[in-house]
Amino acid sequence: MDALLLSRIQFGFVISFHILFPAFTIGLASWLAFVEWRWLRTRDTLWRDLFFFWTKVFAVSFGMGVVSGIVMSFQFGTNWAVLSEQAGSILGPLLSYEVLTAFFLEATFLGVMLFGWGRVSERMHFLATCMVALGTLISTFWIISANSWMQTPTGHRIVDGVFVPDDWWAIVFNPSFPYRLAHMVLAAFITTCFVIGGTGASYLLRGIHVEAGKRMLKAAVVFAAVTVPVQVFVGDLHGLNVREHQPIKVAAMEAHWESNPPGEGVPLILFAVPNEKAERNDLEIAVPKLGSLILTHTLDGDIQPLKSVPASERPPVKPVFYAFRVMVGLGMAMLALVACSLWLLWRRRLYESRAVLWGWRVMIMSGFAAILAGWYVVEIGRQPYVIYGLLRTADAVSPVEAASVMTSLIVFAVVYFTVFGAGFRYLVKLIRKGPHPHEPPPQRMHGDKTPARPLSVPDESTEAGA
Amino acid sequence: MDYWLPVIWFGVIGFGVLMYVLLDGFVLGLGILAPFAEDEDQLDHMMNTAAPIWDGNETWLVLGGVGLLTAFPKAYSLVLSALYLPVLLMLIALVFRGVAFEFRFKARRAKAAWGAAFSLGSLFCAFAQGVILGAIVEGMPMQEGKYVGGMFDWFSPFSMLTGAAVVFGYALLGSTWLVLKTEGRLQYIARTLARPLALVVAVFIGLVSAWLPFLDSRIMARWFEGGNFYWLFPVPLLVIANAWALWRSVRREGRDGDPFVYSLGFFVLGFVGLVLGIWPNIVPGLTLWEAAAARSSQMFVLGGMVILLPAILGYTYWSYRVFRGKVAADAGYH
Ligand code: HDD
Ligand code: HEM
Ligand code: HEM
Repeated sequence: MDALLLSRIQFGFVISFHILFPAFTIGLASWLAFVEWRWLRTRDTLWRDLFFFWTKVFAVSFGMGVVSGIVMSFQFGTNWAVLSEQAGSILGPLLSYEVLTAFFLEATFLGVMLFGWGRVSERMHFLATCMVALGTLISTFWIISANSWMQTPTGHRIVDGVFVPDDWWAIVFNPSFPYRLAHMVLAAFITTCFVIGGTGASYLLRGIHVEAGKRMLKAAVVFAAVTVPVQVFVGDLHGLNVREHQPIKVAAMEAHWESNPPGEGVPLILFAVPNEKAERNDLEIAVPKLGSLILTHTLDGDIQPLKSVPASERPPVKPVFYAFRVMVGLGMAMLALVACSLWLLWRRRLYESRAVLWGWRVMIMSGFAAILAGWYVVEIGRQPYVIYGLLRTADAVSPVEAASVMTSLIVFAVVYFTVFGAGFRYLVKLIRKGPHPHEPPPQRMHGDKTPARPLSVPDESTEAGA
Repeated sequence: MDYWLPVIWFGVIGFGVLMYVLLDGFVLGLGILAPFAEDEDQLDHMMNTAAPIWDGNETWLVLGGVGLLTAFPKAYSLVLSALYLPVLLMLIALVFRGVAFEFRFKARRAKAAWGAAFSLGSLFCAFAQGVILGAIVEGMPMQEGKYVGGMFDWFSPFSMLTGAAVVFGYALLGSTWLVLKTEGRLQYIARTLARPLALVVAVFIGLVSAWLPFLDSRIMARWFEGGNFYWLFPVPLLVIANAWALWRSVRREGRDGDPFVYSLGFFVLGFVGLVLGIWPNIVPGLTLWEAAAARSSQMFVLGGMVILLPAILGYTYWSYRVFRGKVAADAGYH
């Protein structure tokens, strides 16, 4: 294997891990701000317990997000030196603004949020929580802008192979950016929402923390009832935008090899096995004309087929095609679950329906899967380019030896699976155990061996199991 | 402007790196000193002194890296591909160090293991940073701005020396931080460690400074030719004065902040010495102006920085104030 292939695998691997944490912390930070606000307004101690409970979950996830993120910011240089050199003048400033406007904000106020209870006033504490939430959203803004620029580059000139920025407004607000940002923020919120709802549902199924479970599930149902339909709508708009700027990516998403006779339209392929050698699909199950309806909003519109460009200009079809179906399938499943839940909530039977509670329990991780699938569509679908149409991935790689990249890939794989595997287990245990009444504030969380309150568990270890 | 813009950026990145070294330096130092904790409670105590602030401190590293990409993309891609393995070591070490803050307090059976992750992660991270520093000062083989060396070109006696020097330097920062933030037994241990560490660090500074001129004849020239010597020699003198002040302050009860300030002083002086040695290159063989990014990029970020950096420094200061004072042994305010 050469350094190029290894670097691609490595980048895909480390960012796939990284995105799982932001996806969760972006949503969770806003949820915490909401819960703390409810507590301050109502003084209902259940909100307070929920706040401290989810704060612990947040702290662990955030820690993992930070360390995996630091790795990302050096990957551009270690593995994509040519990309950094040629596009550094554009990507660098966007990432710099991310650091200056978001990372410092998150990191600093996080300290106050986690450990400042009792040291600052309640209002200041709430402000800190809001700043952390704001930071995660600002961070999303800049990084998605950078990624979107690589998908739909505008606002630059190329001088001696180097990208020189001309118009920063055009660069930041490049054509695919608004769609991707909206879709990503919603995705992060939905992901967290399903974790919270799923947690609530499993408490109800297990008959523990019943009040907390009901409250979480209800919040999740109401929130998802708004965001999931909006997400499907935004996804559709996003697809239209991709069709305009990266038509071959859409062809790969739909495994659309050649144009149909005029008037017939594009079918919607429900299932198929794309065959890249023979340039056609095997085992295809399709609904006529539906593809046209979705992609062009007409009955007989056509989209540019894969065969219209030479094979060297096409992305790998199979992963893009399948990943897209996974994402949309999960989106539809979410929609169905939310519709049922909403109906039951209205009929006041939500908390008794075991089927729906099981649905939430099963879907608890669905958002993560949809997010990964979505990113695979975006990133694999833009191949063979890293800056779409302008810089090939193959030309962007660092002049390092394959042996170095092989070493780093193995090290990352081993370390990530052990470290984040352990983190995942801690999270699962924390969530299983659930909030305890009169949850001690986090600054008394660890190491505090003198039980300040009769009800507080002196040592917050999770490994003992609960 | 075309002359000054890269110079300003050099200053900004230098400032970011220095902030990182000072702030994460003492946190990494805590990890390096972890083996001196007598039991898990003392290690809890040590980690609790940094728990609310380590993340913000580490962010200066991200700023340094990303700032380099913004202002000097050529240097960023050159350095990171040339130092692929030391950078990998640093990143992996940072992963272990960072998660240990959260995981150690969640674990029971694995508590000792995460303590070791904290300690070894800090140690290797400090060493890797020293190696990176040494290798940058030494320079790397390149042609037309691209790295042409192999996997292990960074490996040299000099980079090993700087690696060790940084480990001891951070340990010194960590020990004086503990003098400032703790009381009782732990503070006593920290005081006991601070003096020998100060001595070792002074020796390392001497060794590195003595070696530097032989690495690059231009550094030699800078120091010893013309009238330069006269206005540069205060730097070594200041180092000696600083070492003396540190030595004395360690035992003085009641002024627990002084040793920390003096050990920061070491780093500031060492940093100034190094920058004087490298200037006007960003990496030996590549000048600031050769490596500079497009002017519009440098301007774009600098514009925002004028407002954002003071704001960051402001709320960072505020968070240090929130957590000021001694951390009691079982406050456990992680
Ligand atoms: C949609 C959002 C998103 C995406 C696509 C990425 N990140 Fe990220 N990143 C975040 C959202 C985020 C965050 C929400 O801001 C995090 C997650 C947890 C955290 O601590 O902040 C974060 C943390 C984080 C950190 C640590 C910040 C700190 O010290 O506090 C760095 C250096 C990066 N990221 C860098 C990257 C790079 C170089 C990426 C792409 C190649 C990337 N992230 C993709
Ligand atoms: C966060 C979710 C993301 C995921 C899951 C993801 C996933 C991937 C995957 C799987 C690849 C390999 C594709 C291939 O080689 O076939 C890749 C490549 C890449 N992505 Fe992303 N990506 C994400 C976000 C980003 C962002 C935000 C950026 C930049 C700002 C980015 C920049 C790149 C670059 C530079 C490559 C290298 C070129 C390549 O390997 O093809 N990605 N990504
Ligand atoms: C069911 C309707 C959905 C449709 C029609 C849809 C459509 C799309 C399209 C067309 C893309 C690719 C954009 C590109 O290639 O540049 C995309 C990407 C993505 N999707 Fe979806 N999506 C849907 C549901 C979801 C759900 C439910 C989630 C997660 C909870 C999700 C998360 C993502 C993510 C994270 C990306 C990558 C980032 C981005 O481009 O915003 N999607 N989606």
